[in-house]
Amino acid sequence: MREETLIPKVGVVTDIRQDTPDVKTFRVVGLDGKKVFEHIPGQCAMLSVPGVGEGMFSITSSPTNIEFMEFSIKKCGCLTSWLHMMEVGQQITIRGPYGNGFPVESDLKGKDLLFIAGGIGLAPLRSVINYVRDKKENYGSVHIIYGSRSMDDLVDYKEIIEEWCTDAGVTVDLTIDRPQEGWDGHVGFIPSFVEELKPDLSRTVLICGPPIMIKFTLDGMKKLGFKESQVFTTMELRMKCAIGKCGRCNIGNKYVCKDGPVFRFDQLAELPDEY
Amino acid sequence: MKKISLDKMNELFAAIAASQTLYLPVDDGKKGAKFDAWKEGAVYSTAANTSRSAKDFFFPQVEDMASFKVEGKEIEVIDTREETEDFVVFGVRACDAKSFEILDSVYLADPVDSYYENRRQHGLIMTMACNKPTDTCFCSAFGIDAANPAGDISCWMTDSELLLEACTEKGEALLNALSMLEDADASAADDTKAAIKSILGKLPLANLSPDGMKQKSLMEFFGSDKWAELSESCLGCGTCTFVCPTCQCYDIRDYDTGHGVMRYRCWDSCMYSDFTLCAHGNTRTTQLQRFRQRFMHKLVYYPDNNNGVFGCVGCGRCMRSCPISMNIVKVMKALEG
Amino acid sequence: MQEVMVKRASELLADGTVERVLGWKNGEFAYDPTPAVFDSADALSAFVYNDFCASNLSKYLIDLSKKEGKTLVFLKPCDSYSFNQLLTEHRVDREKAYIIGIACDGKVDEAKLREAGCEGILGITTEGDTVKVDTLYGEMAIAKADVLGERCVTCKSKQVVVYDEMIGENGEVNADCGRFDQVAALEAMTPDERYAFWRNELSRCIRCNACRNICPACSCENCVFDNPKSGISQKAAADTFEENMFHIIRAFHVAGRCTDCGECSRVCPQHIPLHLLNRKFIKDMNECYGEYQAGAEAGSRAPLVNYTLDDCEPSVVYEREASK
Repeated sequence: MREETLIPKVGVVTDIRQDTPDVKTFRVVGLDGKKVFEHIPGQCAMLSVPGVGEGMFSITSSPTNIEFMEFSIKKCGCLTSWLHMMEVGQQITIRGPYGNGFPVESDLKGKDLLFIAGGIGLAPLRSVINYVRDKKENYGSVHIIYGSRSMDDLVDYKEIIEEWCTDAGVTVDLTIDRPQEGWDGHVGFIPSFVEELKPDLSRTVLICGPPIMIKFTLDGMKKLGFKESQVFTTMELRMKCAIGKCGRCNIGNKYVCKDGPVFRFDQLAELPDEY
Repeated sequence: MKKISLDKMNELFAAIAASQTLYLPVDDGKKGAKFDAWKEGAVYSTAANTSRSAKDFFFPQVEDMASFKVEGKEIEVIDTREETEDFVVFGVRACDAKSFEILDSVYLADPVDSYYENRRQHGLIMTMACNKPTDTCFCSAFGIDAANPAGDISCWMTDSELLLEACTEKGEALLNALSMLEDADASAADDTKAAIKSILGKLPLANLSPDGMKQKSLMEFFGSDKWAELSESCLGCGTCTFVCPTCQCYDIRDYDTGHGVMRYRCWDSCMYSDFTLCAHGNTRTTQLQRFRQRFMHKLVYYPDNNNGVFGCVGCGRCMRSCPISMNIVKVMKALEG
Repeated sequence: MQEVMVKRASELLADGTVERVLGWKNGEFAYDPTPAVFDSADALSAFVYNDFCASNLSKYLIDLSKKEGKTLVFLKPCDSYSFNQLLTEHRVDREKAYIIGIACDGKVDEAKLREAGCEGILGITTEGDTVKVDTLYGEMAIAKADVLGERCVTCKSKQVVVYDEMIGENGEVNADCGRFDQVAALEAMTPDERYAFWRNELSRCIRCNACRNICPACSCENCVFDNPKSGISQKAAADTFEENMFHIIRAFHVAGRCTDCGECSRVCPQHIPLHLLNRKFIKDMNECYGEYQAGAEAGSRAPLVNYTLDDCEPSVVYEREASK
């Protein structure tokens, strides 16, 4: 019988990093110690703990990382709570890659890029950011605007400070929602921060975060003069099969798992507002 | 075309069942018909259709997908799939035969669903023309001809004979293996077909057409003010979904068997409140949204993605079984109006 | 009757007594009216009342009670018991409902018509005791008694028990309706026979949840079967244990609250006689605690949530078994 994508493979968790109070980043390889599969930035994998459930997670690591995959996962439901209790060496199941991914080899190529992320919304963008940093020759400058509730909630803070901020051609602007001791950076919500920063209108934008943040940021950006057709986002809805068959993650006639999760806002504008 | 006298149908069934399982509609003793495996004494039911659709043969309500052995931190994935044995389904109506094509376009599209494909490859469909279509039938709206049902073998019943015509190589092979069949004139079924066509033209829903569903945009239908009224008394049960031959959504769940974990899938319904429930919230919180999703899928989304083919075959099961008598015909008429 | 109902509904809408009317709307055929809310006299042109208006409207009043103003609702005798029970459970607001009781002489079961050979139905009219069906294959005349819904065959009461006004003459409770005969027949079986009976019935269940969703007693905001953490699946019988237990658990949960309106069996697409499970409980309660009819009186205390010194002891189970 043919290979069945719905039957997962075994993955081993080889490293666990506590990023924020409720976000952990898991490093996963196959039983042979190698990457389970190759992916494009923005694509996802179905991770599961047998008996607990299966869920779609964006692959946080860049495909240029040839050793392993990483998943930054926020604890918010049944499965993610279980994942957060795992110890190194734990096996899980993994299948993928799923979804379209960001158009790193087409629309984004040669462009100046602007990344806007809120909270755990950085997870899918981190894959693109590191991909672009590793293949600098193919892309223009990179501007990253990232915000979280507090300093402690900034995912990958160490990597941001030590690698992104020191990288030539990368500008990083951070913000947190409320003032906090030890923080001398910007304080305020992302939508207003973006309006204050007035990013370069020629940039191609990749945005991800809570729906409410995306909504207000997009409104503000349109006021600044950005067009919907230059803004990409990545979506997440309840999924089961991840291959466009089980029927639950549709927005209009598009399946987030198969036709997405990456959409351009002018595409979303033609679809029902059910997300 | 082949033929056999109606009083020898039992011999035909026995011959087919000798080499593989033969399913056919029988009286269910519950005001309807159901598909059941043929055994000596089984009587073919000429009911307008079975209460449950024929999709179960390829997409059963519950099926195991894989099992897992979990020991300490280790997991073993066990592929529990097995090659299905050949089987024949006799007496499938034209509407249900068409539903397989609709399921095919989902499950056989890349990446192919091997569970479905396995059953599809091993199943042989013998369809039966509808001598007595009923008031809830509207297959002709979707271009289906109940007088000429598709399938591996098409059958017709005259007053005295069962006529059989192979439509595929698989069907041809089966017919050739059945020695009790006699050759029939190519026109033997013409009178029956003509009689069926005449009745089809008189059905109360004979003039129903989905053409209006192509006249407006996705967003216009989605935003229609008719949804509120159409969905107001919907109970949010899954009856329409589960009797529907084209409803294809499924859920994947894990089940603790006591000595491992069985991952299985089961039919799901977009009418259910937890269909889109995520840890972070639900994208469809009202029955209006859920109701709209089901009909938008059949009448707009599916055709958009499948060259204009509608996700309904007009079998009328939802018309008979909805507890509050809401159905796709009422929805189509309201949306088009 | 339909004209009188529409006339009265229009009057009550016009004089501001009610904001809306809950009734039935005509469908494609004679047999498929849908429960509907009408908010104007014009809208009432689609109002229908015939032998197929079987839906129990009481459950819809849970949501309509939350709306501004009164809702006029037409309740058949069965439905009025459900309304009372919902009142007892504080699920509906009596002040928000203007109830017109409607006399009922039984509803026709579409499936029984088809069983009697009516296919290709073009029109249905009832004249007295006869249902005349015009079909593509000829006209048929069937005694209404032969095609009544199962619950109507053993109708427990033709009395509307709660109303503001009546249309038609209110009927009487029928104590000798024989509704427990089938239960008695099941009780007379051996355990093996009974098990075989229920396995045959319950194995056909497709877990569509129609029985639960239509049930006026199933008014939980979030059903235990819909709880993803309950460990059971509400949409598939993962094994025969679940297949059996879903309905038995539901019967337990509505025990003492089930008014025997029969909606569960009416809507079952697989024609499982679910009402027999409920009736078994009702019969047992009647025998153990004295006659009790849920919904006969608003505010009454059901035997299972009431304690009296006369209550039977658990040992009654053995005594009853021994007396067989």
